[in-house]
Amino acid sequence: MGNFHISKRKTLAWYTAWAIRGCAILLALLVCAVVTTALTGKDPIAVYKTMFSGAFGTTRKLWTLGQNIAILLCVSLAVTPAFKMRFWNVGGEGQILIGGLATAACMILLGDKLPNWLLILIMLLCACGAGAVWGMIPAIFKAKWNTNETLFTLMMNYVATQLVAYFVIVWEVPKGAGKIGIINQTTESGWLPQVGPSKYFLNILVVAVLTMLMYLYLSRSKQGYEISVVGESERTARYVGIKVSRVIVRTMAISGALCGLAGLLLVGGTDHTITTTIADGRGFTAVMVAWLAKFNPLSMVFTSFLLVFLDRGASEISTIFGLNHAFGDILTGIILFFIIGSEFFITYELKFRKHTKEVGSHV
Amino acid sequence: MKKIFALILAMVLCIGLLAACGSNGDDAKTDNTAAKNVKLGFIFLHDENSTYDLNFMNAAKEAIAALGLTEDQCLFRTNIPEGQECYNAAAELADAGCNIIFADSFGHEDYIIQAAKEFPDVQFCHATGTRAHTEGLKNFHNAFAAIYEGRYLAGVAAGLKLNEMIANGEFTADEAKMGYVGAYTYAEVVSGYTSFYLGAKSVCPSVTMEVTFTGSWYDETAEKEGANKLIQNGCKLISQHADSMGAPTACETAGIPNVSYNGSTVSACPNTFIVSSRINWAPYYEYVVNCVLNGEEIAADWTGTIATGSVVLTDVNEKAAAAGTADKIAEVTKALEDGSLHVFDTSTFTVEGKPVTSFMADVDTDAAYTPDTEAVKDGYIHESEYRSAPYFTLQIDGITLLDTAY
Repeated sequence: MGNFHISKRKTLAWYTAWAIRGCAILLALLVCAVVTTALTGKDPIAVYKTMFSGAFGTTRKLWTLGQNIAILLCVSLAVTPAFKMRFWNVGGEGQILIGGLATAACMILLGDKLPNWLLILIMLLCACGAGAVWGMIPAIFKAKWNTNETLFTLMMNYVATQLVAYFVIVWEVPKGAGKIGIINQTTESGWLPQVGPSKYFLNILVVAVLTMLMYLYLSRSKQGYEISVVGESERTARYVGIKVSRVIVRTMAISGALCGLAGLLLVGGTDHTITTTIADGRGFTAVMVAWLAKFNPLSMVFTSFLLVFLDRGASEISTIFGLNHAFGDILTGIILFFIIGSEFFITYELKFRKHTKEVGSHV
Repeated sequence: MKKIFALILAMVLCIGLLAACGSNGDDAKTDNTAAKNVKLGFIFLHDENSTYDLNFMNAAKEAIAALGLTEDQCLFRTNIPEGQECYNAAAELADAGCNIIFADSFGHEDYIIQAAKEFPDVQFCHATGTRAHTEGLKNFHNAFAAIYEGRYLAGVAAGLKLNEMIANGEFTADEAKMGYVGAYTYAEVVSGYTSFYLGAKSVCPSVTMEVTFTGSWYDETAEKEGANKLIQNGCKLISQHADSMGAPTACETAGIPNVSYNGSTVSACPNTFIVSSRINWAPYYEYVVNCVLNGEEIAADWTGTIATGSVVLTDVNEKAAAAGTADKIAEVTKALEDGSLHVFDTSTFTVEGKPVTSFMADVDTDAAYTPDTEAVKDGYIHESEYRSAPYFTLQIDGITLLDTAY
């Protein structure tokens, strides 16, 4: 076997990069096929077909797919400005929960006491405000005392989860049940109105607008430029007169507020309840969505689509083939492994040295 | 060169495998014309790793076999959380042609009601729920079983075990304390541990019990920790009302006898498992399907009993149980069935030192928890009669709650 070394590629033509990605997906599908056959004895082609029908099979499934993409994309957009600034916000989960909790509190305490439009406005302010505060707390500590933001935002997740757990017990119905159930199911007070053909359309619309705004904010605005500069080098930023601590706090406020908005869309728009698991790991999945898209909001539409598609497909496989849901997750894991691996080969190249007989054995 | 060859070989193998398994053999299909018109959808909170959901899955399979339905006449959806996903799953099952949809978790109820309003031609049957009798929907139904009777029987087995340990000189009668790991301070759990305690007390009068709550229906770590805490507190026997293997395995490790729930845990706990009570849902599934086939209305609330085969006990594990347990259980079962014995007989327990003469239960679910129905009649509390889900919530003497945060 020959020796090889790894070096960074200079530039890669776009078609080569996409060819590598395509190969990676093909290889991933092949490995999945082998794993499927070896472990379950099912026909892999049928499994793939089922994945597609699980995601696109009916109009309802299409809307559900759209809704799931919208929420995941919303959270991904939210964490992106922080990531571009090299501020590792892994607290999306907590920021969603706290936004959702604020929404639920408004719906329970103010439901039927205010006209619906006013209630929804208050819900919006509370959700974004709560998320912003949740994001700003670690940012202020980072800016003032240079605390580790990864640990701080992570721990804020647990605080948010416990707060939600506490209020679920306060508002539980019936007594002792440990769940709130649908809030205002008869009056629909505080429910976001249905716009267009589906109850999920409003969420999709909101996130579509948000995607454009975030794209423009990051690429065209002065603040977006400041974020990039701080992310590249704090010293340079300071040198050119950017107030780094202000940028950090401001960016995390935006990041948290948008996570809070995701909480509002979940609680006020679709679920109409609050549970400790309502964020469903999206705060973490969003990290992957943002990274895979290289922090480009437009590419995130595709990466969040990919992840949601894989998840919906996995769930359909377990239903149709009677397999455990974990099996779908294994397939998703394999596919993601190859996709992330392909990024390595796009950034770096392997150079094989010529095989020489004299140095036949190596350690 | 060798590498490329190996790569090609691997690919060829993959493709070969792909081609080899192109078609699954067609299963022989039974020809049952009447039953052909039904398609069942099942929504489960977790998958088969949860003893609670496994119990429903086994019942579903049993009912499908008993009714002569084929595999493709039923769809299982597992790991469906208690949120909008539940509504989505129900709606997708309805889209897929299911005309009866079952959901197994308490928190699914609101979302199933939402789906029931949207699909009036589909029957929605929700286990453990409380709202069918007040909601007034023709296609939404609740079901439960008089599982407090099963718990009582399991309690008798526990009491006999304590008696045996006292007789062996392992501890004195005053030290006979049981431990119970519950999920929430919810009526279903309260009714369950109280009936379990009363069963034990009926044979071991000096018994006391401590109860701890985990704040989750399924949290293996918390259930294990809860059981360990109770064992450290001096509990001589443990039972649980939460759905993981946490408490049974903690008991097996510590060598403490365990009375289980949802099904037998004897394979994982051969030395400590005594007996388990469980609800067999198969009779309910069969009842619903037969109603639909015969064009009859499904009851808004259906309570399974020992007689319907819904309340069952697993085989007694002779290795861990006291001698004569099975015979005693059979004797008490008979008394429960012929009505000579009532689990919540007000002469067998006290609340704050006084016998109970009146108990207003919260049968109609509302946000204010308004007590609305008198449940004491003829000297006993009528449980699971005014609706299928339990509503007994009294804190009786002899039972200590260690924490009530949940």
